Amino acid sequence: MTSIDPADSGSWPLWEVFIRSSRGLSHVHAGSLHAPDATMALRNARDLYTRRNEGTSVWVVPAEAIMASDPDSKGGFFESPQGKSYRHATYYTQSEGVKHL
Amino acid sequence: MPEPYRKTLVRQVSQHAHSEIIGMQPEGNWISRAPSLKRKAILMAKVQDEAGHGLYLYSAAETLGTPRDEMFDQLYTGRAKYSSIFNYPARTWADVGAIGWLVDGAAITNQVPLCRASYGPYGRAMVRVCKEESFHQRQGWEILYTLSHGTEEQHQMAQDAVDRFYGPALQMFGPPDSDSPNSGQSMAWNIKRFSNDELRQRFVDMIVPQAEALGLTLPDPDLQWNEERGHYDFGELDWDEFFSVLKGNGPLSRQRLEHYRRARDEGAWVREAAAAYAGRQHQEQAALAGA
Repeated sequence: MTSIDPADSGSWPLWEVFIRSSRGLSHVHAGSLHAPDATMALRNARDLYTRRNEGTSVWVVPAEAIMASDPDSKGGFFESPQGKSYRHATYYTQSEGVKHL
Repeated sequence: MPEPYRKTLVRQVSQHAHSEIIGMQPEGNWISRAPSLKRKAILMAKVQDEAGHGLYLYSAAETLGTPRDEMFDQLYTGRAKYSSIFNYPARTWADVGAIGWLVDGAAITNQVPLCRASYGPYGRAMVRVCKEESFHQRQGWEILYTLSHGTEEQHQMAQDAVDRFYGPALQMFGPPDSDSPNSGQSMAWNIKRFSNDELRQRFVDMIVPQAEALGLTLPDPDLQWNEERGHYDFGELDWDEFFSVLKGNGPLSRQRLEHYRRARDEGAWVREAAAAYAGRQHQEQAALAGA
């Protein structure tokens, strides 16, 4: 029994797919797929991730072009906002009961 | 990530992906024979969904470090497992209904809890899959409802399909808990959230009233409401048959794999052409940039 051929789609580059729904939201990551080029990636993304009108716009990005933060060091990386609750409106309580504030 | 967790998860997710891909065959077989254009369009949409589910799951498995072509290769060479249910034939149009109602119904019961699995990419794939499966289950139920309320022959055809798929569908949850040695570990890892028997019970409780609404019976003389337990009691399933099908002796085990190989082989030229075209585009752009 022979193994599958070298032109197999598994060796095509990986693309990350982002979809913008019609609800006025930003593009949101939907998933990924393999495709030989950007045009095919876009068409495949449409067929794979928008079969039920999920989107009005699709982005495909080569997965290798994405720089990601390291999940193992998220504590240090996101340390700065910790303890700075004064950046949130809920920190200020004196105005309780005062309208439109 | 601990290695045993990764390994177990890759096996679970890839087996799930393979099941979706092989699962296109029993119903794909009926696309050209669907009784109306509308039924045909619906069935094509459903089979296309199964292909999509396979791809979501391969993507999720790939994030764990196993390349997709390796998983394809495992299925192609017969080393990978997939759900035994797809080794049963779809003999009549009513079987398409029974597959949608019972097989997809059992799959949903199994998959809804997995939407909250400990591995994010798997859980997110499950959310999408479950949303789409509910259309599958309803359309299957509706096929059976239409047949059940048709002529006497149609009613009998629907009953016959349910009689054949009931047992295998209940076995989709896997062997009894007493015979499922790895379940405890998977539950501790939260990549399985309820035991095989718990899910099976949940499914039986769900389908009894659905069968009544269809006007069909379930082929189990021991099936009855147990007031004390608050659940339906049901009879012992044929586990010898289950393990035999699992070992590759299902009615269509060989044909399913052969068909998969044929489809891959015969589609090779499409993948080669797409790769060649992409290569040429790339060269032309490089030449333009260089000029």
